[in-house]
Amino acid sequence: MTPAPMSDHSPIIHAIFGRLTLESLPLNEPIVVGTFIVVALGGLALLGAITYFKLWGYLWREWFTSVDHKRIGIMYMVLGIIMLLRGFSDAIMMRLQQSIAFGGSQGYLDSHHYDQIFTAHGVIMIFFVAMPLVTGLMNFIVPLQIGARDVSFPFLNNFSFWMTAAGAVIVMMSLFIGEFARTGWLAYPPLSNIGYSPDVGVDYYIWALQVAGVGTLLSGVNLICTIVKMRAPGMTMMKMPIFTWTALCTNILIVAAFPVLTAVLALLSLDRYIGTNFFTNDFGGNPMMYVNLIWIWGHPEVYILILPVFGIFSEVTATFSRKRLFGYTSMVYATVVITVLSYLVWLHHFFTMGSGASVNSFFGITTMIISIPTGAKMFNWLFTMYRGRIRFELPMMWTLAFMLTFVIGGMTGVLLAVPPADFVLHNSLFLVAHFHNVIIGGVLFGLFAGISYWFPKAFGFKLDPFWGKMSFWFWVVGFYFAFMPLYVLGLMGVTRRLRVFDDPALQIWFVIAAFGAVLIALGILFFLIQIGVSIRRRESLRDTTGDPWDGRTLEWATSSPPPDYNFAFTPVVHDNDAWWDMKNRGYRRPESDFKAILMPRNTGTGVILAGFSIALAFGLIWYIWWLAAMSFAGLLAVAIGHTFNYARDFRIPAETILATETARTRLLAAEATR
Amino acid sequence: MSDTALTTPQGAPLFHLADEHEHEEGGSTALGFWIYLMSDCLIFAILFATFGVLGGSYAAGPSPKDLFDLPLVALNTSMLLLSSITYGFAMLAMQRGRSGQVQAWLAVTGLFGLAFLSIELYEFAHMIHEGATPQRSAFLSSFFTLVGTHGLHVTFGLIWLVTLMVQVKKRGLIAANQRRLSCLSMFWHFLDVIWIGVFTFVYLMGMLR
Repeated sequence: MTPAPMSDHSPIIHAIFGRLTLESLPLNEPIVVGTFIVVALGGLALLGAITYFKLWGYLWREWFTSVDHKRIGIMYMVLGIIMLLRGFSDAIMMRLQQSIAFGGSQGYLDSHHYDQIFTAHGVIMIFFVAMPLVTGLMNFIVPLQIGARDVSFPFLNNFSFWMTAAGAVIVMMSLFIGEFARTGWLAYPPLSNIGYSPDVGVDYYIWALQVAGVGTLLSGVNLICTIVKMRAPGMTMMKMPIFTWTALCTNILIVAAFPVLTAVLALLSLDRYIGTNFFTNDFGGNPMMYVNLIWIWGHPEVYILILPVFGIFSEVTATFSRKRLFGYTSMVYATVVITVLSYLVWLHHFFTMGSGASVNSFFGITTMIISIPTGAKMFNWLFTMYRGRIRFELPMMWTLAFMLTFVIGGMTGVLLAVPPADFVLHNSLFLVAHFHNVIIGGVLFGLFAGISYWFPKAFGFKLDPFWGKMSFWFWVVGFYFAFMPLYVLGLMGVTRRLRVFDDPALQIWFVIAAFGAVLIALGILFFLIQIGVSIRRRESLRDTTGDPWDGRTLEWATSSPPPDYNFAFTPVVHDNDAWWDMKNRGYRRPESDFKAILMPRNTGTGVILAGFSIALAFGLIWYIWWLAAMSFAGLLAVAIGHTFNYARDFRIPAETILATETARTRLLAAEATR
Repeated sequence: MSDTALTTPQGAPLFHLADEHEHEEGGSTALGFWIYLMSDCLIFAILFATFGVLGGSYAAGPSPKDLFDLPLVALNTSMLLLSSITYGFAMLAMQRGRSGQVQAWLAVTGLFGLAFLSIELYEFAHMIHEGATPQRSAFLSSFFTLVGTHGLHVTFGLIWLVTLMVQVKKRGLIAANQRRLSCLSMFWHFLDVIWIGVFTFVYLMGMLR
């Protein structure tokens, strides 16, 4: 929808509502209206239930304002799973459209709608599914693995989460108020510039990412400090669990990459809002500079997602093979090498730019070199399993599926890294298949491995294995059905983001892909059922030991779920596998002489700041300048006001700790005599 | 970390600390703020790179030689450099525990900062008046963005400085306030370093183009 011409409005109405008019509501699009009705009813039911069961106070006190890294981690996971449903709806709509739009049929989506869907799918899946899930796991696990009681900056942690959630809210608003970008997930100019995208879509895109970006950057700073400063005594860098190592590298990447995204989006907004000429085609601007800059962020971003997942696989492989991880040192160096190399490859995303043979060769070669440390990791996992006593529990199954699938994705990646091959495959469905191959087969499988591995730690009971295996098989088989046809189509020359097709011979492949998407839908459904069933059966799935998998690292040393203070006494580390070492050397859990523990106090400031950020973004998107100005003033006032609060800690008294720990002692004794 | 004994006096391995050590409040603040500054530095790096690419794209419009008034920029630079020195004096006073002196030097720093911003705004207004607007060419877009982003940082630094003066007045030089003063100190000197880059690469080298 183009914004209504200003002459339609009196100046006063325009001053109050900016370019927001009744026509901005997509009332003429039945799919959107239907979605809105479903979401509204569902939302009302949820809000009603919370009110009916009087949960608002509980949620506010115990969750929304919590600065406990464990609760914030869980909130990240919930956000990621909710947004996965939205991102997947977009995916299955695309698959359906492409499987029926043949032989003169236009399918069921017009181009205006279809273009928004593929843009929203990419943006949501990367920024609001993969990022929250990865950040959530790091938030929950890292402090436990290093024997700390919280992160370095607990308030900042809460604020970071709410900024990420605010970004998700802004994207969701675009579904019902106005529209989302129709530019593809990286919003290349000149298409994304004001001349070709005069409506609000790109502005929604920009401000959602800017708001969420603040959260991501701050959580990156926070976790780096946590890992550098708060490790338990004895835990030298080369004794850190491998997941913590990968988390450290990922957060370094976040801090070194996200400012680039912030800057390049700021330049794009200047072009759109005040008419500067950074990425225009006239007055000296250069659109290719945007493409360079955004990929300088974009390539490290994919490693931000995959590195922690490599860490998860390492933990899972070692635990379920009952062996020390093979090649710990090489694993660490491989991670660090990938971290550095990820900055030297961005140009492989646009070999066709025309930068010449020597530049393309450089970036092609650096890209291929990345497969060496990645291959080293693969062999480390294989050798960890070799002669291990492997238990095929759910996390291990995801790991094996990953190892098979990711190798295929890695090899097509090396193929794409060859510039001449890339000239043929650039922008084709082969590329789409490749990155889904590594993101689903790598990041997503890893997240599922991590969720099923650490779920008992977070909630005190295991996930139901039957529904987990159902979800696993539907996901894995569905993945192959959905994406192998895209490799074929890509090799045949079909480009990405097409809405209709002429050649009827192609249709069968798209139908197979759509069938795969249906299988994945069932995989997601069974995952949700798994959670529901596990909650219902929680008593029989209960983990009273705190160490349900016979784990190796410190997070398994404390109870499940861990107490607020994580560890009654700070653990001392002598070995890579600290908890395994403690178990082997007859460690006895302390049962008395507890001391009071200083913990950070909850605060609502994070929620309030994120709320103002949403209002600020909304004002900027719709040109409602008074709203933008007032929310900015509100942001500043609340932020400054927060610094006047000096009383940020409280003490958990020793008696409370004694009571908690004694309860656990009894539980462990009961377990031992059973 | 390494100075903590990991074994009992008898040599048996120790698996937890009986004497609780608390991570002192704000122990990570300096590191955290430093990392944040480096991320901010990256934003400037992108803006410098953008200026490097687009700085010669005048689009038949004015070039640095037509626009820049080096004596004025030199005056402006000296304002910012002096403000860094006076902030240093504030930090010295803080280490001696003289809160009155700290306040006075902070006030002087703020005034220098304000002078810097005023001169910058005057320069911008003058350029825009002559038709050299940010929209005129890619060179001017990148110039205004780089210099303006620095100016915005100085503005936020000033707001922070005033906030800290109020907090020092209310609570004195307690540990939390000392930590905050050190962070602002890093921030302020960082802006100085960025400005030296701007002065060199934008103004001086611009005149040589």
